[in-house]
Amino acid sequence: MDEIKKGVSRRGVLKGGTALAAGLAAPTFFMRNVFGADFRNNPGDGGTVTFGFNVPQTGAYADEGADELRAYQLAVKHINGEGDGGLLNTMQPLALKGDGVLGKKVVYVTGDTQTKSDAARASAKRMIEKDGVIMYSGGSSSGVAIAQQSLAQEMGIVFMNGLTHSNDTTGKDKRRYGFRHFFNAYMSGAALGPVLESEMGKERRAYHLTADYTWGWTQEESIKNTTEGLGWQTANAVKTPLGAGDFSQYITPVLNSGADVLILNHYGKDMINSLTQAVQFGLRDKQVNGKDFQIVVPLYSRLMAQGAGENIKGIFGTTNWNWSLQDAGSQAFVKSFGQEYGFPPSQAAHTCYVQTLLYANACQMAGTFYPPEVIKALEGFEFDGMGNGKTLYRAEDHQCFKDVLVVKGNDNPTSQFDLLEVVQEVPRSQVEYDASIFGGELGPYEV
Amino acid sequence: MDTLALQLLNGLDKGGAYALIALGLTLIFGTLGVVNFAHGALFMLGAFCAVTVQKLLTISVKVKDESITFFEAYKEVPYLETWFGETGTIIIDYSVPISILLAIPIMLIIGLVMERGLIQRFYKRTHAEQILVTFGLAIVIQELVKANFGANPIPTPAPDVVAGSANIGAWLGLGNTVVYPWWRLIYLAFAAVVIAGVFSFLQFTTFGMVVRAGMQDRETVGLLGIDIQRRFSIVFGLAAVVAGLAGVMYTPILPPDYHMGMDFLVLSFVVVVVGGMGSLGGAVAAGFLLGILQSFASMNEVKSILPGIDQIIIYLVAVVILLVRPRGLLGRKGVMEN
Repeated sequence: MDEIKKGVSRRGVLKGGTALAAGLAAPTFFMRNVFGADFRNNPGDGGTVTFGFNVPQTGAYADEGADELRAYQLAVKHINGEGDGGLLNTMQPLALKGDGVLGKKVVYVTGDTQTKSDAARASAKRMIEKDGVIMYSGGSSSGVAIAQQSLAQEMGIVFMNGLTHSNDTTGKDKRRYGFRHFFNAYMSGAALGPVLESEMGKERRAYHLTADYTWGWTQEESIKNTTEGLGWQTANAVKTPLGAGDFSQYITPVLNSGADVLILNHYGKDMINSLTQAVQFGLRDKQVNGKDFQIVVPLYSRLMAQGAGENIKGIFGTTNWNWSLQDAGSQAFVKSFGQEYGFPPSQAAHTCYVQTLLYANACQMAGTFYPPEVIKALEGFEFDGMGNGKTLYRAEDHQCFKDVLVVKGNDNPTSQFDLLEVVQEVPRSQVEYDASIFGGELGPYEV
Repeated sequence: MDTLALQLLNGLDKGGAYALIALGLTLIFGTLGVVNFAHGALFMLGAFCAVTVQKLLTISVKVKDESITFFEAYKEVPYLETWFGETGTIIIDYSVPISILLAIPIMLIIGLVMERGLIQRFYKRTHAEQILVTFGLAIVIQELVKANFGANPIPTPAPDVVAGSANIGAWLGLGNTVVYPWWRLIYLAFAAVVIAGVFSFLQFTTFGMVVRAGMQDRETVGLLGIDIQRRFSIVFGLAAVVAGLAGVMYTPILPPDYHMGMDFLVLSFVVVVVGGMGSLGGAVAAGFLLGILQSFASMNEVKSILPGIDQIIIYLVAVVILLVRPRGLLGRKGVMEN
């Protein structure tokens, strides 16, 4: 009787119950950071995971946004095992298996940033709160990208930047939840410098026209540092309002400034207009200081080159990527994209496609969608076969480091798409810099 | 001195565009009493007449592009070049001047349809309602153009023969530093001719005399048995033609996009207000005045003393003029004062 009493004593039940509870709780306690059962928009046991693609579908960059969206759709197709696989055939190392991400099929929603920070944030917020996206991506303006990256940190959802070129994106405004594959203004300057020196010499006077916002300022600063390092003088640096349209009043002072190089820190519509008008004012036919007058456009895009038409011929600049590259990754992507849409992809399309694959691959490597673990998988990740040679996602600032292309407007295009000629593939080692020079704090993993 | 001469030319050029748009706006307001916020859209539609003509002239046959091996790509060879060789190339090169011929009837029809189909229903409504409906119409036109032509600017170059610059400095003995694009000089001359043409039409023709009389007192003109409404509708069409031609001629200066009308509209309204609502001479004078002031305000020497002045000069001048002369430079008593 005593023995029986011992077996079912109240103390025994309490002890046993506590041990059982502790035993049941132990796996989740120790494995919480691995499986991350408790995070925003966890896809859980569902068969799908949702990505958000927030691009300019209206406004001045709508055509660029349309090309980005095409690339995102192609990336989703390839991740889900449809089509020819694209860069999944060349990417190294690769964790993705062509069956979605962690066995879940990728679906997506789209949004319109209108190239406005407030509209982009509102659209991204809707994607996160209503559509339950686990990651969102998009680009075309640094101001918009920085606004979205900041929201990503607040909401604990990873943001993969599309086209954004300002140093600030992975500099003073960098965020733990934001990643950039695209190159930046500093890299443009570092890559352009030696080419400008060999093509134009060491004794030049440069005149800058600069778009008056974060991207323009950082690009002007980077290019000035480079050219002044070469021994060039800066005749003047003038800020121009975004969307000025008619730049004649800013171009005419260049004529009598003593400058022999005009550097246009403009992008999109502004670049098309300012370059067209500079050519109309005869700048390219001028001789100043005994030298031919030159124009430089530090950041080129194929869509801009189409807009500027004949005026881009012979003008130097940089791009993140160009469809004419001959490496296996670039060829695979151009083939996939070309077969799908009938024309080659832009650099904006390339970076957006690669970013989607990189995020999906990081989830697969981490074995979870839990953002801190995915972020850790991306930080310091080194990969190849994506079109720019060996590339590093630097952990300190979430900036990708890879080869940069110096290009010039093609004098003798062989096809309607053959607008830019690659002058030099500048190796990654020449465009690297210390992450601390642009300041900023990434912020915490857990939000 | 050279810089001043160049900025003066810039100002006159810009002022020419403002004056042309403001002239049409004033014509419509002076005759029909309608504040037409869709007038910028008419300027943009004119520019897209040039784009359309260029597209028509470059309708092409698709030929497989052998230089692209990754996927099946095609390049386009214009039929005109296939059929007429060098002559076809020259015709394509002259697409902007050719567009002028097409733009005149098209813009006249667009103007008449717009006035008969929509604007006339708002004659008796308040100015606020007119602004709302015409602004809405402008947005609809803008979105239609974007849907058809895309959002990016479309290069529409001037003929090669006037693609370069004129050495004005050498003509005037000022050296080689005053050079100015040929097409901008042509635009300036064109603006002057169109403005002179409109004024002559109103001043020296019977039709113009009746319109001017109607602008003064439409009831009395009506009592004389003249269908002044029909004439005013034609004036609306005429204003649309002026705006459209301004747009066509502007395309080599600024590659057109769907938003270009809106960019000019706000400035042109300021021009109309500064010139004096309903005053044709005021609109033209204010257009050139504000264009020149804007140009000089963006000189580096001026901006070093007053940073950002180039962005606000037009509005600053508008505030000062309206404080000193509430009816604008040449405004008449009683216009828009009820």
